[in-house]
This record gives sequence, structure tokens and C-alpha cells, in this order.
Amino acid sequence: MSFEDWYRQDRLPHIFCAGCGNGTIINCTLAAIDQMPWKKEETVFVSGIGCSSRAPGYIAADSLHTTHGRAIAFATGVKLANPGLNVVVFTGDGDLAAIGGNHFIHGCRRNIDLTVVCMNNQIYGMTGGQGSPTTPVGCLSSTTPYGCAEAPFDLCELAIAAGANYVSRWTSYHVKELEKAVLVGLQTPGFSFIEALVQCPTAFGRRNKFKQVADQVDYLRTHTMLKAKRDRMIEQGEKIPGDMFIVGELARRNRPALGVKP
Amino acid sequence: MAVKLPKKNGVFIQMEDEIAGIASVIGASWTGARVMTATSGPGFSLMMENIGYAAMTETPCVIVNVQRGGPSTGQPTMGAQGDMMQCRFGSHGDYSVIALCPASVQEMYELTAKAFNLADKYRVPVFLMADEIVGHMREKIIIPDSITNVPRRELVKGTLPFKPDNDRMPGFPQFGKGYGVHVTGLTHDERGYPCATNPRLHETLVRRLVDKIESARHEIADYDILNPDAELVFIAYGAPVRTVQQLMHDHPDKNIGFLRLRTVWPFPEYALGEFKNARRFLMPELNLGQIAREIERHVKVPVISLPKLGGDLHTPAELFAALEVE
Repeated sequence: MSFEDWYRQDRLPHIFCAGCGNGTIINCTLAAIDQMPWKKEETVFVSGIGCSSRAPGYIAADSLHTTHGRAIAFATGVKLANPGLNVVVFTGDGDLAAIGGNHFIHGCRRNIDLTVVCMNNQIYGMTGGQGSPTTPVGCLSSTTPYGCAEAPFDLCELAIAAGANYVSRWTSYHVKELEKAVLVGLQTPGFSFIEALVQCPTAFGRRNKFKQVADQVDYLRTHTMLKAKRDRMIEQGEKIPGDMFIVGELARRNRPALGVKP
Repeated sequence: MAVKLPKKNGVFIQMEDEIAGIASVIGASWTGARVMTATSGPGFSLMMENIGYAAMTETPCVIVNVQRGGPSTGQPTMGAQGDMMQCRFGSHGDYSVIALCPASVQEMYELTAKAFNLADKYRVPVFLMADEIVGHMREKIIIPDSITNVPRRELVKGTLPFKPDNDRMPGFPQFGKGYGVHVTGLTHDERGYPCATNPRLHETLVRRLVDKIESARHEIADYDILNPDAELVFIAYGAPVRTVQQLMHDHPDKNIGFLRLRTVWPFPEYALGEFKNARRFLMPELNLGQIAREIERHVKVPVISLPKLGGDLHTPAELFAALEVE
């Protein structure tokens, strides 16, 4: 099989805008899933509300498109009732970190055996470009017209602190690295969290001086720093630029997990 | 449940809040499991959005609400029936549900078992609307050797997952069985695919969600009729049933009619017609007349609402006094 075989062809065309990064993340995720010895009928996709959460609707497997923020709670019920199912959650920054923040940290704490892929576009793309909990300070959105004044969440640090077994961050530019990270996430028992920064030309790029889609992807390329490099710079007492996203594998451990296939 | 379920090959989990509680219940239901959650007052309010999701996605589930005095935190340890309209209409949009009201420990047992069967049969959230009085009650119960389980009707492979059969209900495409079903709270077509801007499709879907319950209300209804020739008729559900029973016991000489409801939603309005000589209906409730108003729209004679708030039951003397008022 190839990752294309996981798509529900009769659902096309999709709703994503031209230049959207979500398709890249879905492709990478399905490419990783395709390398697993998983049968389609044993795999369930769960999501909440938002652009990212439309992903399961395009995948030819059992899928639960639920209410805003609650995907991890729904997925917990699926996984505990039938640990034989492989459960993957698609979410976004608003869905996961704002309305769903509580379920996110408790999913990590329980270390329930899910793989959660978060498409972080740093804005509410579907509903008109409102600021989200990951909108960087100073960025423009429809609810932060003078620049975002609130500090953003670091989703990965949150997942690590709350107890997830596997945490990594990449971007829509780093497709190969992202695919590998998702694969490790799928293979790791317990809660695996993969954050993928994505461009949103319609709601974020347009307001924040990214005239072309490629400009924003290039920004993601040039404003990411490998964790190893960050660690080395800290060791050498060098200052880490404040606008850098730290990418790479950020946590891999073996805390006791819930709902692992017997 | 935390003690007993693991011993019966079941799963119990204490989620982080009631929103997650109902969410995990719905997720588990799609794997074919029989599922329930229980709460009181504020937790019930928190569950409302996902109850609408369960109604829209036709997910079988049982929700127990041991009602307390509200609004807000109100009276956490006192009985009330103030959530009767909330269980019927609490989530946004049009839909129908089933609500059962126990008046004893025995009925708490029997109606819980019944709620699971109704949920599976009609693919709908079923509420066990108890109250604190019944919830904290201690009395004898008889547990039968076996109970009847009505299994969910499976989807026939090859048919569309949300295409209703003649009884207005689609078969159930359980996760993990190869159906590859997409379940969404968005307005969806018979394939289960989002189709939110088609006015006709939305109307057909929502009408079916309501009709599948309302058109089955004769079948779902559970009530007793006592003294159908009486002129003065009490109607009650839940704990107030017991005061009416005491009153009838104390005054065997008076011909007191009684419609005693175990199913409140869908409301079995046709049962009111059994009382051909009724001059007045009297309705004791632990709220400000929520179901009395429902009765009013079905009968031509006066409906006397007898509300009681604060947590105490009506006394038999209070109901007797109401009987005497012309």
C-alpha cells in the first residue's frame, strides 16, 4: 500500500485553502501509518473542530469527527473500550490548547496510548483568523489587531511536563523528519505528541506580511533550530534567539501507559 | 462502578471533567460497548454539547442525572426535579431523547437496565432522571436472576451507514469491524459525509432524529393508571410518586385518580385521555411546574401545578389540602 490508499477518494475536493499546510501534515502522517503493520479496519481517526480536524473525513477508515476541543476525551473512550484499535488524533492549536487544554494535559498524564498530531497554524483559520493560544507575541490576528500581547503556549513543553511518552516538533517544511517523527510516535506505547507548525496563508500569512505561501514556509525553515543545537548553545553559554522554534525529538521515555494493546 | 466493572470485564475511568466523561462514553459506544456516565446538576449542564453530538450521530448512551436543587451549585445534597426540561431541550437545535424517572430503589435498578436497551434500540441518549431523594434511598430490592439485553442492530454490510431502515433507524456500523464509517456532528448525508449547507438534507435528517423517537412513544411509554374513572387525578414521576401513593393509601374512600409516569420523554400524552371523567389534574413536582405545563397543552380541564422547592417532598397533608380546594 501507499499513503494514497488511505484516502477516501470520493470525498474530494477537500475544503483546505490553496497553499494550506494541513495536506502536507496529513500526507506525512499517512505515510508513517502506511509503514506500520496496521490494518485499516483496526485503525480509528479522531478529531475535534477546526481545519485540522477535517482530516479524518478524508481518510478511508473508521473516523470520529467530534466537538471542539474534545477529541482526546473521545479517543480515550475508543481506546479504553477496545485497546486492540490503533487510535490517531488530528487536532490544531485552538482545538488542542484553548478549549481542549484540559483534555490534552490529562491525556498526557494518563499516558493513554494515542498518537496526537497537532497542526499548529498559530491562529483560528476556519473561523476568521482569531488569535489562538500559540499566536506569537506581536502577531496580527482579527482579535489582536494591534499585535498579540499574550505569551503563547509551548505545546511540546506542556506535553512533556504533563507526562507524554513521546514528544517531537517539526514543520510543514520538514516533511521527511516529520514522517519519521510520526512513525516513532506510532511505535511508542503511551501518549505520543507530534506538533507540526504549518503555514496558513488565508488567516495568518495574509495579516503577517507573508505575501507568498513560500515566504511563510521559508520563515518556518529559517526560524527553526534543532534541539541538539539549542542544547549545545546553552552549554556554551550562547543566547538562543527568542523567535526560534525548537524542532526535533524533544522527549522519548517509558512511563507506564494506559490502554496499550495487550 | 469502579469496584464492580473491572471484575465483569468492563472498564471504568474517572475522566477529568463531565465534558470528558460524556465524550469518552460516546467514543466507547462506537466500539460497540454499552456505556453510561452519571452526574448531578452542574455536571449535567457541562455535558449538554456532547449530548447533542450523541443525538446527531445517533450514539447509544445512558446518562444518569441525580437531580439536586439548582440553578448553579444550588443544593448539592437536596432533592429536586428541576432538570426535566434541560434533559429534553438542553443542547442546541431540535432533537428528541428518552427520559425515565425512578421512584424507588427497585426502579432505579430496573429502569437502568431498561435505559440501556432503549439506547441501543433507538440509538439515542437515554436519561435516567432520578433525584437526590431516590438517589440516597435505602430500601429492599429484588434482583432478578437474569435481565433481557436487546442487542444493537448491526449495519448490513454494503448499505450506507446513515441510511435509515423502515423504522427510521440505521443499523450500527461498529468501529473496528471494517465498515470504514465517518461519524460527524455536522449535518451529514446517508454516507455520513458532511453536507452542512443543503437545507433539504438538514431538514430530513433532523426530522428523522425527532420522528424516530416521537413516533415510537407508545412503544417506549411506561406508566400506571389507577382509578381511571376519578374526577380528581394526580400525575407524578420520580420521588413525588411516593407521596401520592401514601395519600391514596390513607384515603381509600376517596376516588383519587393517578397517572404515574416512569417515562416522561417522549411524553405519552395519549395516556391523559384514559381519565374520561377528569375535572382537574393535579401535578406535584419538585420544580416550578415544568411537566405541568406539558400536561396543560394536552388537556382542556384545569391543570393544578403543585410545585415544591428546597429539597423536601410534599407531605400527604399538602396533597390532601390541594385535593380539597375547588
